Amino acid sequence: MQFRVMGSLAATVLMLGLTMGLAGCSPRGSRAEGASSARPAEKRKPAPDFQLKDANGQLFHLADYKGKVVLLNFWATWCGPCKIEIPWFAEFEREYKDRGFAVIGIAMDDEGWPVVKPYVDRRQMNYRVAVGSPEIEQLYGGGEGIESLPTTFVIDRQGKVADVHIGLVGKSDYKDEIEELLR
Amino acid sequence: MKLKNFCVSGGLIAMACALVWAQAPGVLTVSDPAKLRVPRTGSVDQSLKLRLQPGYHVNSDKPNDDFLIPLRLSWEKGAVETVAVEFPKPVIEKSEISEKPLSLFTGNFEIVTKFKRAPGAVPGPGLLTGKLRYQACNDKMCLPPRNIEVKVPLLVE
Repeated sequence: MQFRVMGSLAATVLMLGLTMGLAGCSPRGSRAEGASSARPAEKRKPAPDFQLKDANGQLFHLADYKGKVVLLNFWATWCGPCKIEIPWFAEFEREYKDRGFAVIGIAMDDEGWPVVKPYVDRRQMNYRVAVGSPEIEQLYGGGEGIESLPTTFVIDRQGKVADVHIGLVGKSDYKDEIEELLR
Repeated sequence: MKLKNFCVSGGLIAMACALVWAQAPGVLTVSDPAKLRVPRTGSVDQSLKLRLQPGYHVNSDKPNDDFLIPLRLSWEKGAVETVAVEFPKPVIEKSEISEKPLSLFTGNFEIVTKFKRAPGAVPGPGLLTGKLRYQACNDKMCLPPRNIEVKVPLLVE
């Protein structure tokens, strides 16, 4: 039987390639608890700047966060693994905010705010959330856009990409990286 | 000369990439549907065979959460009218992402559409076009919603 192939694995592979490029090397697998996780500083590349409006209609730029460690998380309301991460990120926002840390959630729902806003309220997301645009998809996902969710960029105080996580990873992986970058 | 070799190599790599792209398997594939013979009276079933890559799932046509994207199959109007679209029984799975169990399709499954001849349909061959919308995930990540265009050759008797 002949099957018509309609899918996006190849796009995911290309996206992986681009994100690897942004991070300066390949994505990591599982790592030991407490192990150093962020890329060496000299291998990091600048996180592309963008401007978006948040849930309150306020325009912001990634450049506004220079000097802070940022967890830039691409997610969607229909993404189950993303839902698991949301309480972690809310906890990180509470725990590390005063030490120069922030989470930015970029929702990739095609329907935009009418779908995203009720979800943000329901999940009590305490960090800044914006709806993605084709421009930010190009900047962070290359020609094919962000193909897998969640995709999370960990950005250092110099505005450089210290690591990229595609798919769900452990809470402790994030925690270790954040603490390392905040030191 | 070196530059020429570099360009040729680059071209070959680009062609290889394009080939890999064209042949890369998707997570959801649809088999080529059989020709549909539409009788003068009564209805006829058309079965669409789908195959999901191992490890992946799609939401059923009735997911248990408003935010999840259901599997949808719609058909354009033409020589036939859609009487009903019948999805298989979903797999019900408990998950930490939802208070309610998830309603999913996995592996190989079939969607059956019941058609009847549209009033005024002209006898003869034709083509029926449908759209399958799905959103696939595995336990670590999700892929954006996708549409698959389905074309069914038909013969109105």
